[in-house]
Amino acid sequence: MPPEQGPDPGPDPESVAEQVFIALADPTRRSILAALAAGGPATATDLAGRLPITRQAIAKHLTLLADVGLVTAEPGERRRVRFRLRSAPMQAAQQFLAALARDWDGPLEALTGYLDRTAPRAEGR
Amino acid sequence: MGFPDRIERTLDVAHPPRVVWAAITTAEGLAAWFGQEAEIDLRPGGHARLAWDGGHVAELRVERVEEPSVFGFTWRVDAMPEDDPRRTYVEFTLEPTATGTRLRVVETGFAQLPDEGYRKGFESHTEGWGRELGELVAYLDAA
Repeated sequence: MPPEQGPDPGPDPESVAEQVFIALADPTRRSILAALAAGGPATATDLAGRLPITRQAIAKHLTLLADVGLVTAEPGERRRVRFRLRSAPMQAAQQFLAALARDWDGPLEALTGYLDRTAPRAEGR
Repeated sequence: MGFPDRIERTLDVAHPPRVVWAAITTAEGLAAWFGQEAEIDLRPGGHARLAWDGGHVAELRVERVEEPSVFGFTWRVDAMPEDDPRRTYVEFTLEPTATGTRLRVVETGFAQLPDEGYRKGFESHTEGWGRELGELVAYLDAA
């Protein structure tokens, strides 16, 4: 069954998930995302105060994260730019992981075992 | 990378379709191999529930009931937020064979993305949080 083509199919889930995994592959970017998830929107300076990373390195990573849609920039206090986590791409990546995590082999093995234990075989009808 | 939208398994079992049908569409059958506890209202739109030791619960919505050949349901994707509207569709098809039943399980819908309406709803939700916290701050500042 082909997927329905709406007027705007939007970004394809595979490229969205790929961007998330690329972003998460870097430990510095993981720590930035974790800090935004734990503490809410923050400026590059705020993050530099909390993480053992220079403000310059944080700004560079935030630019990359904003480019791929994992954070959005918004006006903060004293005309500083604040960065906010965007969860929509994470959800696309979660669906990818959900497909990998879905275990049908275990249950189907259990189903076969259950039938063999309790039900008459077809040949015996 | 390849995004698996569809999971498919086919197996041949040495039991007639009516036996397999009972195993996948009755509470007794489902509790014996799928969950540890099961209840099911077997009609399109009916509700079914599977529970496992350890507290994991799956809520199913029955979608297709064509005894003894097609049973379909939708359920939430594990690990997604509770209010996420997306569900995957699982369909069991049973085909009689010379030696029993060919059972096929197809689960589709893993590659869905939030649609624009959902995205808007979601963003207004997160903005709503920010606004509410802002209102709380304003209230506390005024006190």
